[in-house]
Parts: sequence; structure tokens; C-alpha cells
Amino acid sequence: MHRVSLPEIGTFDAWRSQARALLGAGVPPEQVLWARGQAEADLFARDLPMPVGAAATVPRGFVDLARRVVWHRDPERFARLYALLWALGRNRRLLEDQGDARVDRLRKMAKEVSRDRHKMTAFVRFRDIGTPETNRRRFAAWFEPSHYIMEPVAPFFAGRFGDMDWSIFTPDLTAHFEGGALRFAPAAPRPDLPDDATEDLWRTYFQNIFNPARLKIKAMQAEMPRKYWHNLPEARLIPQMIAGAQARAQAMAEAAPTLAPVRAKRILGRAEMDMPVTGDDPLQGLGECRRCPLWDGATQAVPGEGPMDAPLMIVGEQPGDREDLEGRPFVGPAGQMFDAVAARARLDRARAYVTNAVKHFKFTPRGKRRIHQAANAGEISHCRWWLDVERARVAPKLILAMGGTAAESLTGSRAALRQRRGAIERLGDGTPVLVTWHPSYLLRLPQAGRAVAEAEFLSDLRQVVGMLRGMEP
Amino acid sequence: MAKMTLDQKLAILSDAAKYDASCASSGGQRRNSRDGGGLGSTTGSGICHAYAPDGRCISLLKILMTNFCIYDCAYCVNRVSSNVQRARFTPEEAVELTLEFYRRNYIEGLFLSSGIIRSPDETMGDMVRIARSLRLDHHFRGYIHLKTIPDADPKLIEEAGLHADRLSINVELPTDASVARYAPEKKPAQIRKAMADVRLKREERKDRSHSGKRPPRFAPAGQSTQMIVGADGASDTQILTTSTRLYSGYGLRRVYYSAFSPIPDSTAALPLIRPPLMREHRLYQADWLLRFYGFELDEIAGAAPDGNLDLEVDPKLAWALANRHRFPVDVNRADREGLLRIPGVGTKSVGRILTTRRHRGLRYEDLRRMGVNLKQARAFLTALDWRPRGLDSQDLRSRFAPPPEQLQLI
Repeated sequence: MHRVSLPEIGTFDAWRSQARALLGAGVPPEQVLWARGQAEADLFARDLPMPVGAAATVPRGFVDLARRVVWHRDPERFARLYALLWALGRNRRLLEDQGDARVDRLRKMAKEVSRDRHKMTAFVRFRDIGTPETNRRRFAAWFEPSHYIMEPVAPFFAGRFGDMDWSIFTPDLTAHFEGGALRFAPAAPRPDLPDDATEDLWRTYFQNIFNPARLKIKAMQAEMPRKYWHNLPEARLIPQMIAGAQARAQAMAEAAPTLAPVRAKRILGRAEMDMPVTGDDPLQGLGECRRCPLWDGATQAVPGEGPMDAPLMIVGEQPGDREDLEGRPFVGPAGQMFDAVAARARLDRARAYVTNAVKHFKFTPRGKRRIHQAANAGEISHCRWWLDVERARVAPKLILAMGGTAAESLTGSRAALRQRRGAIERLGDGTPVLVTWHPSYLLRLPQAGRAVAEAEFLSDLRQVVGMLRGMEP
Repeated sequence: MAKMTLDQKLAILSDAAKYDASCASSGGQRRNSRDGGGLGSTTGSGICHAYAPDGRCISLLKILMTNFCIYDCAYCVNRVSSNVQRARFTPEEAVELTLEFYRRNYIEGLFLSSGIIRSPDETMGDMVRIARSLRLDHHFRGYIHLKTIPDADPKLIEEAGLHADRLSINVELPTDASVARYAPEKKPAQIRKAMADVRLKREERKDRSHSGKRPPRFAPAGQSTQMIVGADGASDTQILTTSTRLYSGYGLRRVYYSAFSPIPDSTAALPLIRPPLMREHRLYQADWLLRFYGFELDEIAGAAPDGNLDLEVDPKLAWALANRHRFPVDVNRADREGLLRIPGVGTKSVGRILTTRRHRGLRYEDLRRMGVNLKQARAFLTALDWRPRGLDSQDLRSRFAPPPEQLQLI
């Protein structure tokens, strides 16, 4: 029988090197007795053998598991870990078996340790023990964790309270952080910490953030078990908060509505007067348009933009995700595609009035994205009202209709786009319209087919540039 | 009026803040002060430092800067027409409370909200000043959540996002019509616009500039919002429709659902009810199904015929009961999507099933060890040694639903 006594500080590293040595020497789990600190003498125990053979390699998951289980209060923890390490030598994939009872037990222990560590980071309550003459603040706390976790948790507190000194006393170990250095000391008796006035403020907060109309005592206790209460300054208020909750909620429900204070009317009146005065924007009212249901769900209506005397009006389909967020037409991927081809055709977008046939983004939510939906005939027809307003105001000499929706809105038909593109059509008032592809159509095409369509789009834009030049006085 | 003490102000301004459900301190950047040059850390997962008897986590110092307000929202305790006692923190007081609470390990940081005083810009400006002082004067590296005011100057929102981990704007009520009715000064379109701006700014800051330098992150823990449940007549389907739009459009981290709860000094416009806590809980469950379990909104709505979620059984179970032809699912063969559909099987269990299955077939007892809630799940799955019974039976639902409550004589 081998006896291994692990130190109270640095327990994990010590366990690891001892386990390595034992495994290397081929000592089976049933021949090892493990203990933390000064173990009681065992008559049959022998000293450790010298390691032989190469260092053992283990699956990564095992070290993570051991790093947590080692701090568990179960006296069997070291032996259980070593037994699993031994078993892994025979079946390296054992850890992946989530149904194995040995693995399951250790995982549960690891989880208990993790939970205890988490609760310690939550429930330690420092008291101010500083003196006015020093400029570095000093705090201390007493805490009783369920497992031996002071050592693995200390780096959390060192990382969080870097600009102050602190000490945490536990029944098993003490941690001190002074001038940026962390050290551990053996357990000390519970210190008598001085009162801290901030605890009263904390209790005031705890009482007032509580909503008595939604009492859920079980939910509270599941997350803040009673075993922690005696070290929490706020916990002593809990019984009276629970006892008074129902009466408080009832009093609120039964209280008759009161008259508003006099100042309320004055303030509300002032707020109304602050409402902005409206100008004579031709698209005034677009933001409140309810002609079709597309407004519901969109961020905003996206009006056209460009000079009001532009000779060219470019009409697209509808705003996309990006346009909806920014409130400007053709700023998303399709807009970038358009800009790229327009630059090659020497078409100056800034001199054109750019708009869409439909002013709100139509989409279906899918997880974190919004999937574009084509507007239907009704929506296109309702929104034509706005496009007509824009046409009447800008009175363009030429309109570029990109895609089926623009063609439908302007000419009444989206049929046979392939045959119609590149040709001039006349609207009722005689305005010439050139129908072409929508840039997002080009983006959807596979790389192979895109070159042809893109060339057609480019040639259409060049035709627009040529026509505009011909129209100049 | 005698000058209020800090304690009195804290009582009023935390009482006024408690109707905001969010107290999360998770997500975003990891920071610490191990170098001694400051105070605080964020670990990415957030810590609840206490729980109140309402079962809610207390993670942040959640306060209003002031509860004076020029708006008149019917559901709100701080509306201008309420007779609640008013108070206001000076920026220095809010900063000191945050730091002193933080040093004693009471909190993860600050969640600062405010009533609207005088003008949106002035209110937002004061809130930004508090965040700036914490970050720049006191080198505070803990968590800051700022409520933004939709119509404040974009420059202020910009600065808020540089100091805060998270920004939020509450949509308050699920439909524009309800907002118009109960919060007449709020403009839903403006709220959506503000959320869109936050998303755009976040995305802008994620790209490296051409010099390769990364610009300072903007609200690294993202944005969230809250909807009050049960104040207006909106159905659960309407509420979830709004949620899915918010998640997909503005990349929200969370939509919080807050059961409408009695407030002191209520208005006649909105009668008080007992807070619909179970409804709130079901909405969160449905929200999770939409975000992590691959459910589509119309699937959940399909199992809620009157537009409201079943209060007796959870939405996944309700969906399974309405779609029994999809069951039983074989845990040894089904793909991830199929496993996620089984009631009582969570995302973690699905992961465990998939890894273990690579080595051997699964039995009923294995599933128990993997954290499966077999009481629910066993009716809907098969394992090596398990075949469910009664999938077609009429009374399957009654195995899960609580027994009907006995009527009480008053």
C-alpha cells in the first residue's frame, strides 16, 4: 500500500505529479491511499516508488476534469480521479462516454466544485478595514465554501480588485492580496471584522429592488441556498420582506387611482408645444404611411434621394436590410454593385434621383437575419402613389427602371423582362423609360452566368449616359 | 423640503428601477484589473450577487438617475401624473455608490436608467457623464449598462456606446397601437430607428481600419429591450412576432418579457392585475425555442390556437402534442435537429447524446445520466431498451398537465 499526502496549498500540481509517478510505476488504484494535509498514519502504507517509463499522456478533457475535482470535499476524490486515470490507460475514449457511471460521478463532483466556486465569487462580502492614512484601500471577508476552493478562486478576486488590498478568510485556507501580490496562508480563526456603513446602503437597495407583487421564494432559494445566508449582510431582511409582501401587493392593488399633481398638466402641455413644425417636403407623411401593411415590422420608410431637378430618375425594387437600417436607398450590397457598374459606365449617381418602387422593406425574420420577400401587386400598387409624387416633383427626362418590380410599378407590367431590357418604353406622359436588370439579380446569379448579365447591365447604363448627353441643351 | 440623504434617494431610485427585468452582466469583452491600474473585471458570463425573494437575480446596481419624468406612460410608476416621491442623484453620488458597492463585491457594475427631465439630450448627457467618470476618472473596468433615450443626439449615443458594455432601449409594448395608447409621448418608429443605429455603429466598429488598427468597441455586450406583458391586449403570438423582428433586424442579445406588475399610485387608464408570471415564463421558453432550438414562429403559433401559449404545458411539449406524427424520435439515429425537438431534451443533453452515440448505443438509463427530463421525454423517444406507449392516446396530454384545480367555495 502506498500513502500519498498532498499539501493544502498547491494541491492540484502535487496530485498531478504524484499520479504521474504512480502511473509510471504501474501502481494500481487499489494500492494507493490519498489524503490532503497531514494524513493519519496508516500502518501498511509505504513511500512512493520512483517513476519509471515515459510520462503518461491523457485526453485533454481529463486534466480539465481533475483540475476541478481535486478541490472537492469528498475524501475519495483523489482516489476516484486516479482510478479513472488508470482506466483511461485501457480505454482512451472512456471520457466521451457520457453514460459511464465512474465518469458521471466525477463530472458531478466537478460540477459541484464549479458551482461552489461560482457562488463564492458571488457571495463573498468585503468589509472596509482600511485606515485613512494609507492611500490603498483595504478590505477583508470571511467566507465558508462547501469545498476547498479558496486557492482556485483567488485569481478571480485578484483580477477583479486589482487596485485594493484584500484578505479572504475561510475555515480551510486564507488568501491575502497586498500591493498586487497574492499569497496563501493556513486557515485562521474567524476574524472580528469592524462594521461597515455601506452595508446599510446595500440593505436599502436589496429591500427596494424587490418587487413584492412577484413573490418567488423557491426560485430565490434555489440560487441563493440558505447555507450562505449567515454570511450575507442582506439575508437577514428576507423573512420580513416575504412576510410583508402580500399585504404590500394588495395595498397597491386596492389603492384608488390618485389625481395627477398640478405640475403634470403644465409639463405635458409644454411637451406638446415642442412637437416639430412640418416643412413642405414632397414626401411628407411617408413615414406614417399605412396604405399597405408593410410599415409594420420595417424600421422606416426609405424615401428617394438626389437633386429635385435631376434629369435621370433611377427606380429600384424596395429597400433591403441595410437600406431599412440606414434610411437611404441603395446603400447595401445591391447598391455597391450598382455603384461599381455605374462607375465603369461613367454614370454619376449623385446627379440622379435614386428611389425604389416600394418604400418599406418586406422580409421574413429567420433567426438573426431578415430574408427579403418580393412585394406583391397590391403593395406595389399602393406604393405607386408615392412614386408618382416623386415623379411629379422631379419631372425626370429619363427613368431607369431596374428589375421587375420597378417595371411593374411604372409600366403596369413585369412580363418578359428579358425581351424588354435595353429598350426604351414610353409612359403615359411621354417620359422615356429604360428597363434593365436589378443589380441584386446579378448578385444572385452564379459566377458563370453573371458575366453576360453584367455586360448587359453595363451596356444599359452606358445607353443611359448617352441618352442624357443627347438631352443636354 | 429637507435635503434627502443618500439612503433616502437610493430607496426611491432603486424602487423606481425595479420594473426593468434585465440585470444581465454577461457577454462582451473580458477585462480585469490585475495590473493594479484600476478596479473591476468582466468575465463574460456574469455573476448574480444576490437574489431577492421575487426570485430575480441582483447582478447590477440598477438605479434611475432621476425619477422625475415629463412623459406620461400609463404603466409606469414614474409617469408625470404619478404622485410618487421624486429624487435625483448627482452624478458624483451615482459614481460613488457604484464604486463602493463594487469594492465590497455586492455587484458586477451599474445599470443606469432615467426618467426624461427637461430634454432627452440633457438626460442622456448626464447619464453619459456618469459612465465617463466611472471609466476615465476611476478606471472602472466592471460592467456598465446604459438605457439610451431614442431621440437624444447621436453624438451622445456614440459616447454612451464607448463607455457602456450594453445599451438598451425598451419597446415597452408589443404593438405600435398599444404604445400610442399607453405611452403617447413615445414614438415606436423612433425606437426602432435608434436600435438600427446601435446595430450599424456596432458593425462599423467591428471592421479594422485600413491601417489595421481596431477601433474601440461599441457596446461590446450588444443591445437588449423589454416588453411589458399583460398590460395591453396583445396576444403571445403578436409579442413573439415583434421579438423575432427585433432579433432579426437589430441583432438584439435579449428581449426581456416583464409581466405587468402592480405599481404604487396606478392610473385609471390601466387597471392593476396580478402579474401574469406563468405567461411571462412561457414566453421566455418560446423565445428560447426560437433562438436555440430551430423552431419557427409559425410552428409555435400553430400549437397556440387562440394566439396564446398553453399555460399548463411548456411550448415545446405543446408543439409535440400537436405534432405526434413526428414522434417517437430514435435517440440512436435522429440528427441534431430531430433530437432538439424532443420535449425534456435540452441543447446540452443533445450534445452529450451525439458524442456518446459515436461509441455505443444508448439505453434509457444513459439518458437519465445525460440530464434528460425523462418524465417528459420518455413518451416521445425510443432507445435500445425503450419503446414509448400511448403516443396516440387521447389522454397523453393529461399525463403532463397539472390536474384541474378544485373549485373553492368562498
